[in-house]
Amino acid sequence: MFLNFKTKERGAGVSQPLRLHRSKLWTKSFVFLCVCVIILGLISLFTGAYDIVGQDDGLQMFFITRVPRTLSLMLTGAAMSMTGLVMQLITQNRLVEPTSTGTIEWAGLGLLMVYVVFPAPSLVLRMGGAILFSFVGTMIFFLFLRRVRLRSSLIVPIVGMMLGAVISAFSTFIGLAFQMTQSIEGWFVGSFANVQMGRYETLWIILAVVIFVYVYADRLTLVGLGEDIATNLGVNYNTVILLGVATISLVVGVVSAVIGNLPFLGLIVPNIVSLARGDDLRSNLPWVCLLGMGIITACDIISRTLIMPFEVPVSLILGTFGSFVFIVLILKQRRNR
Amino acid sequence: MNQLTIKRSAKAFKNAKDQRNFWIVLSVLFGLSLLATYGLLVFNNPVPFDSPSFIPVVRRRFTAVVVMLVVSLCQSLSTVAFQSLTSNKIITPSLLGFDALYATIHTTTIFLFGSSVFINFSGLGPFILQIVLMVMMCLILYGWLLSGKYGDLQLMLLVGVIIGTGLRSLSSFMRRLLAPSEFDILQARLFGSVNNANIESLYLAIPLVICVGILLFMFSHKLNALSLGKDVSTSIGVNHQRSVIYGLILVSILMSISTALVGSLTFYGFLVATLSYQMSKTYDHKHIFLMAFVIGYLVITGAYFIMNHVFNAQGVVSVIIEMVGGITFLMMILRKGSL
Repeated sequence: MFLNFKTKERGAGVSQPLRLHRSKLWTKSFVFLCVCVIILGLISLFTGAYDIVGQDDGLQMFFITRVPRTLSLMLTGAAMSMTGLVMQLITQNRLVEPTSTGTIEWAGLGLLMVYVVFPAPSLVLRMGGAILFSFVGTMIFFLFLRRVRLRSSLIVPIVGMMLGAVISAFSTFIGLAFQMTQSIEGWFVGSFANVQMGRYETLWIILAVVIFVYVYADRLTLVGLGEDIATNLGVNYNTVILLGVATISLVVGVVSAVIGNLPFLGLIVPNIVSLARGDDLRSNLPWVCLLGMGIITACDIISRTLIMPFEVPVSLILGTFGSFVFIVLILKQRRNR
Repeated sequence: MNQLTIKRSAKAFKNAKDQRNFWIVLSVLFGLSLLATYGLLVFNNPVPFDSPSFIPVVRRRFTAVVVMLVVSLCQSLSTVAFQSLTSNKIITPSLLGFDALYATIHTTTIFLFGSSVFINFSGLGPFILQIVLMVMMCLILYGWLLSGKYGDLQLMLLVGVIIGTGLRSLSSFMRRLLAPSEFDILQARLFGSVNNANIESLYLAIPLVICVGILLFMFSHKLNALSLGKDVSTSIGVNHQRSVIYGLILVSILMSISTALVGSLTFYGFLVATLSYQMSKTYDHKHIFLMAFVIGYLVITGAYFIMNHVFNAQGVVSVIIEMVGGITFLMMILRKGSL
């Protein structure tokens, strides 16, 4: 995987120049995955309580709620999975993602603080608070990881979740003091129920983040090799880490302000892709994005059809299904050690 | 390098001074906790000393004090034991999702049967049921993850944490579908509070806790070895895996009792254990247990006394303890060099 350079041996004395070798993107399986995601998207467009075919204003409704919802599903699915991937690279730990580092809890605390300080905060304010707090929280966690020698990589998510619990205790206390506990619960549960025209457009910021990560992929991969190697290869380690954390906080902040908490997505998707395809970040990125889109869209469709005409928050399905997959992944890892 | 003149000893303390300090600190803390107890029982009693209703008021408060005693014993012993079993001083047994299981049990009750059944769902039967459920879960988890070729403590912890997360998402989803009034009733139950406990379950809890506490005390010489980690303890002749599973079962019984009595407390045990390591300069668990128990009792009674009579904020005692514990945790992990 190292640097993606491959030298080809072609007989004695004939040396080929180093050539950037990329695996092909449009393979059969990738096209198949694309088709699956498109089909899921179509199902998502035509799932819901409102009859858009039979009613007169069906087409209007279709563009007011269904299209935004499907778009935001795709965007958040891609973004949360990529966030997990970036985090795992930076920390060199497969079990790290926003849920298991306390980043989500920090974002929640940020939201809460905004509500406490401003009487009726706008979305931009809420996002700002969430982004700021998740940045601070993630930085604290990374600093801690760099200072502490770890006996086992499994301890990282444990410490992260403890940290998350501390932050939750803070949030609970503040919520009690200002009598907002039930609303806190409401924000922390991720759901796409409120997505409609005019309420989700900020999610497009995510697209910029995706492009940024794609451009930065190789540098992030190098950072994943550790500070010494990255510095030797001419990468400014601290800058890349800072940018990485900024990216993570931006995504987590935006998603938690607009949608809520989506647990485990960033953990499951990159790990499944790695199991299937190895660790080349740049060629894995499209796969990670697509798989993330597919999984979250599928979960959302389930959440909308489970108790029609009402819906279950999608984070419940992700949390239950995700924790199961997480455990399976850990057990797989234990076989390989 | 005259090795022979050095007296080898396996005493609990390095020198007499440490030992003296330990007992001094312990007795001071013990005195303070007696003071707090006395304060909780009779301070600010609305009825005068000679009126007939003085005794019932004290009796009601006395129940709360007994609950505190049981909870502090449970939490302090189980956290210290757990940290030694895992030879890791920054985790607590509440990581294993006891509170999530507890929350799930109660949320399911109110969700399926409504608030009238829920209010009656506190007595001897449900209490036993909860403890049995929790211990069962732990047995399955430890037995499966600690035994065999791949047995690994860290892994077991992580799986426990994730199961906890899964259960939490399940119960938080059910809570979203509750009416605000039901939500409030449930929340009162889920926040740790000594006023949740009911007297019937205490009759069962007290003997059980005392038995398990004695067993842990008898287990403390093994714990001294186990806290050195798997390799060392194995090489000095301790069957690591079996001892750990035995210890964890004791821990899980204590944790279940505490959770079933007053709801979930995440960082209280952590706070108490950390403080007691600071106060007692010894590796010996008999001493640490003693110290932890006294500190735990002082923390909880002191917090209740201060919150009830100084700040007049009754409901948030556990939240305050959790906050202080959480801050302690943050300080600990930022000071530590290795995990």
